Amino acid sequence: MNEPVLPPIGMLAELTHRCPLQCAYCSNPVELLKANREMDTAGWLSLFEQAADLGVLQVHLSGGEPTLRSDLGELIACLARRGVYTNLITAGVGIADGRIEAWAEAGLDHIQLSFQGAFAATTEKIGNSRGAHEKKLETARRVRAAGLPLTINAPIHRHNMEEVPDFIELALSLGAERLEIANVQYAGWALLNRKALMPEREAVERQVQIVEEAQERLRGIMTIDFVTPDYFAIYPKPCMGGWARDAFMVAPDGTVLPCHAAGTIKSLHFERFGDWSLSRIWHESSAFNAFRGTSWMQEPCRSCERQEIDWGGCRCQAMAIAGDAAATDPACIKSPLHARMGALINEAISTKTADTTPDAFTYRRIGRSVELDPTSA
Amino acid sequence: MTQASRVRAVVSMQSRPILKSHARLQYDTVREAWALLSPERVFWPNEVSLDILRLCDGRHSVAQMIALLADQYAADEAQIAPDVTGFLQEWSDKFLVTL
Repeated sequence: MNEPVLPPIGMLAELTHRCPLQCAYCSNPVELLKANREMDTAGWLSLFEQAADLGVLQVHLSGGEPTLRSDLGELIACLARRGVYTNLITAGVGIADGRIEAWAEAGLDHIQLSFQGAFAATTEKIGNSRGAHEKKLETARRVRAAGLPLTINAPIHRHNMEEVPDFIELALSLGAERLEIANVQYAGWALLNRKALMPEREAVERQVQIVEEAQERLRGIMTIDFVTPDYFAIYPKPCMGGWARDAFMVAPDGTVLPCHAAGTIKSLHFERFGDWSLSRIWHESSAFNAFRGTSWMQEPCRSCERQEIDWGGCRCQAMAIAGDAAATDPACIKSPLHARMGALINEAISTKTADTTPDAFTYRRIGRSVELDPTSA
Repeated sequence: MTQASRVRAVVSMQSRPILKSHARLQYDTVREAWALLSPERVFWPNEVSLDILRLCDGRHSVAQMIALLADQYAADEAQIAPDVTGFLQEWSDKFLVTL
């Protein structure tokens, strides 16, 4: 590691693992933390002050469901006072009257609201939560009424991919400035449920056409950000914009990680905020320095002209598929294990029954014990 | 949001551009540079972009902006006009500026 360490720009704050929904594609770790493990208000405020001092410009307040924290307004106000851009990432069910307006008043900059389906039946089935869709529609209306800008986030997988055109119409009808069509990344609960979530190749190709056509048609009307599915890719995503390069995340108990799935790399040790200062963690944590820059890379990354475009791809995916966190992300066509991605797609599809109901889901729940062997489908 | 706003805005000389409420131009004391903050993205405008963005206050028309910038850069208005309108159209399409 010879390159200078630049200050971080973005921070994902997972304020809690509690959530009213039970989506099987959740990116949270399979071992969820209970409420009594959450950092208290003073801890988060101190962390946000240090983050601003360190150079963080954007904080994504997420979870679990961040609105379950009764101190959310206080946390937003602290960040706003420091000029940090705040983005609230919410499922939008069960938010009490007046709270959205209070967050806007406290200085909240933007809300990202998830929809599990474009229709009520899909939303209820995926999130395992009755009445969720109507509540989300109501939340969207309240966000707009409070004058806050709105992004609709649609996590896409086999059970709602055909609804992509309807998600686009839904986002337009709700007055969203932005729509994220985000194909599920197989980490956390999504990795556990990979077989049940994996789409078919033809459906992915149709989706790409639909989204690209809509991006063109809606230029200047609504932005559509498209997160393509890794398993169907040729090159990997530059995960987190490069490991410990300009962003990091904090778990509900204050553990600071380079990305939300980094805990799956068992050889790494992560520090908790409070034990160490944020600046010390960012600069000195062995986990942050493990895959920083390019000097850790093996072949084919080591001699690849794309090494500062992809940054080796996702370390956690390398861990999950190749069994080695320092390997090239198998999503890359240059990886010797790239064919394994195709094999995992085929294995998932071949075990699919004619019935497309998500009966095979292991719904996300705190305290549910699960066995996970990601290298087999 | 009304249906009327669900149409692409096209820049004209009479437009009075203003930064969107969810876009914020602020000086970053850590990096000693101006940053434009928006959902998911941070932009680092260069000097010319910064001079245009600073005039996006809802009071200056595009024609007035071009005149001011031409004066500032000792350039010909006709010469810089396509650059300024192109920039504003692009930033409108990115949902950072309202025309």
